[in-house]
Amino acid sequence: MSETLSVISRTILRIENVSHTYYDDYGNHVEALRDINLSVVRGEFLSIIGSSGCGKTTLLRLIAGLEKPEKGTLILNGEKITEPDPQRGYVFQHGCLFQWLTVEKNIATGLRARGIYRENKELVQHYIDLVGLRGFEKAYPHQLSGGMAQRVAIARALINKPKVLLLDEPMGALDSFSRADIQDKLLELHKENETTMILVTHDVDEAIYLSDRIVIMTPRPGKISEIMDINLPHPRHRGGTDFLYLRRTILEKLHLVSALPEPEYII
Amino acid sequence: MVELNKLQAQTIPIFKTKKDKIQLKNLSDKQWFFYFILTLLGFLIAIAANKFIRQMANVEIKTYMIFGIPFTFNTFYRLLLGVLLLFYAIAGIFSYFNPSARVKFSSRAPFRFAVGLALAIWDILGTKYLLLPQPFFPGPAKILEPFLMEGDFIFSNMLYSLKLFTVGFSLGMLLGIGTGIIIGWFPKAYYWLYPILKLTGVIPAVAWMPFALTLFPTPFWAAVFLIVICGWFSIAALTAQGIKSTPKVQLEVARTLGASTFFLVFHVAVPHAMPQIFTGIANANGFAFTTLVMAEMMGQPGGLGYYINLSKVWSAYYKVFASIFVMAILFSLIMKGIALVQAHVLRWQKGWVKE
Repeated sequence: MSETLSVISRTILRIENVSHTYYDDYGNHVEALRDINLSVVRGEFLSIIGSSGCGKTTLLRLIAGLEKPEKGTLILNGEKITEPDPQRGYVFQHGCLFQWLTVEKNIATGLRARGIYRENKELVQHYIDLVGLRGFEKAYPHQLSGGMAQRVAIARALINKPKVLLLDEPMGALDSFSRADIQDKLLELHKENETTMILVTHDVDEAIYLSDRIVIMTPRPGKISEIMDINLPHPRHRGGTDFLYLRRTILEKLHLVSALPEPEYII
Repeated sequence: MVELNKLQAQTIPIFKTKKDKIQLKNLSDKQWFFYFILTLLGFLIAIAANKFIRQMANVEIKTYMIFGIPFTFNTFYRLLLGVLLLFYAIAGIFSYFNPSARVKFSSRAPFRFAVGLALAIWDILGTKYLLLPQPFFPGPAKILEPFLMEGDFIFSNMLYSLKLFTVGFSLGMLLGIGTGIIIGWFPKAYYWLYPILKLTGVIPAVAWMPFALTLFPTPFWAAVFLIVICGWFSIAALTAQGIKSTPKVQLEVARTLGASTFFLVFHVAVPHAMPQIFTGIANANGFAFTTLVMAEMMGQPGGLGYYINLSKVWSAYYKVFASIFVMAILFSLIMKGIALVQAHVLRWQKGWVKE
């Protein structure tokens, strides 16, 4: 009983009986989500994983308030989510920086949009330093590499000091080096700021490397099939035995490898 | 001579490919000096042709007193060429100290030389020997005579044109961008107004002239109305397209950052539409010049078009050319001004889009 209570008090976001459908570009009726129930714990790093079309991005958009659920409610800190709000930061798949603004001004956008730029000017430099982009303040987005652009996007979302940071496959389009770099940066930011992070990804390794919990979703209709706790200590070793074991387990659940016994020579 | 040919083949811009341009980055002192002399030589030839070739044809050369100094059109012409020569000499000397300025200065040298040469030939045919059909094709010096005769009158006409253009085009731009934003942002406005915009956009502004002349109390405001029409519709159409084509995801980014609708419109959609807005302005600009001159020729109390009309009646074609000359300079300067503003506003595109 006491454990249940503590879970409730530690819950930052509750998703209750959420179902959502939409019409795709060809006019087909798509059942994106069916009966989603999920509680997100304050300060945790949660990953949502699944094949494309399992509704993971839709779920993230609902949390952000970019779309309204057909059925069910999403509650953040006791308040129903109805529209986007700076306390739910969102990092988009391709960064989506404003091409006409410098790095500095891109990062400052949140402050300007909320009309609090003047009194918080110094925050901009702080977040530029935080994501390691000192010296690139005056650069325009097209002059940046993919990894740098994504770091700008993360800083831009973080400057509003969101309670929850939503990450929509932010490393999806990056090369492996930039990807590992951003992953470590995210872990660092997560540890320092204790921001709750929800990451949507289709990369199993990434999910295991970063998360406290992994939500596995299956498509058509999008449903949660399982929630796994990842209790490995940080820093995690991508080649470690536990890591590889978890990896295989998740891949099996996603039906990406068959559940045959492991060949002997691996041991 | 062989060396000179080699030098030219290597460096004269018209023979260059893109790759050569990069090699040109470092111009030697010798090469620079060659182009420096080439530039000055053209104008020197033009001055010498005017000064030393004897006046063969029977042309009346009047003397005008300007600020107490006697001028004929020939001395005035040489004075202007001298000023031009001095300007390029100073610019050339400055370019000596800067490698990229050296390249820039040198790349136009053959053209300047050709201009000087052409002026000399034109002067000989048009003034000295009077071989061109008169009075339709006066020599270059003759075209400058109106500035000696009635410089202040031309100047006041130029100011009138400038005033007309500034008032009309600013209003047109304001209305164009304003309505463009409304039509691009609100789908209902787009549905009802965009087709109208498309229709009215193809009508040449001068077609509205009968209405302009009856609806507006003064000819000035009638002409302003026509120029407003020029700017308004084409700028509005392109602004609307630019606003409408703002990627949804950019607006979503701004919304998750806490943006209000006002912020979405003026800090996301409008900056995104800026390249198209400038395309609209550039388009409208050309139409506006045409309309301006047309309107002036058809009933204005002043302006460069009015001056052309006035001169035509007296068959003073050299005055027509003088007016055209002023137009060329004035309109180029306006275009240059707009281009400078555009380059500043769209500086984020530099190195990103094909130029």
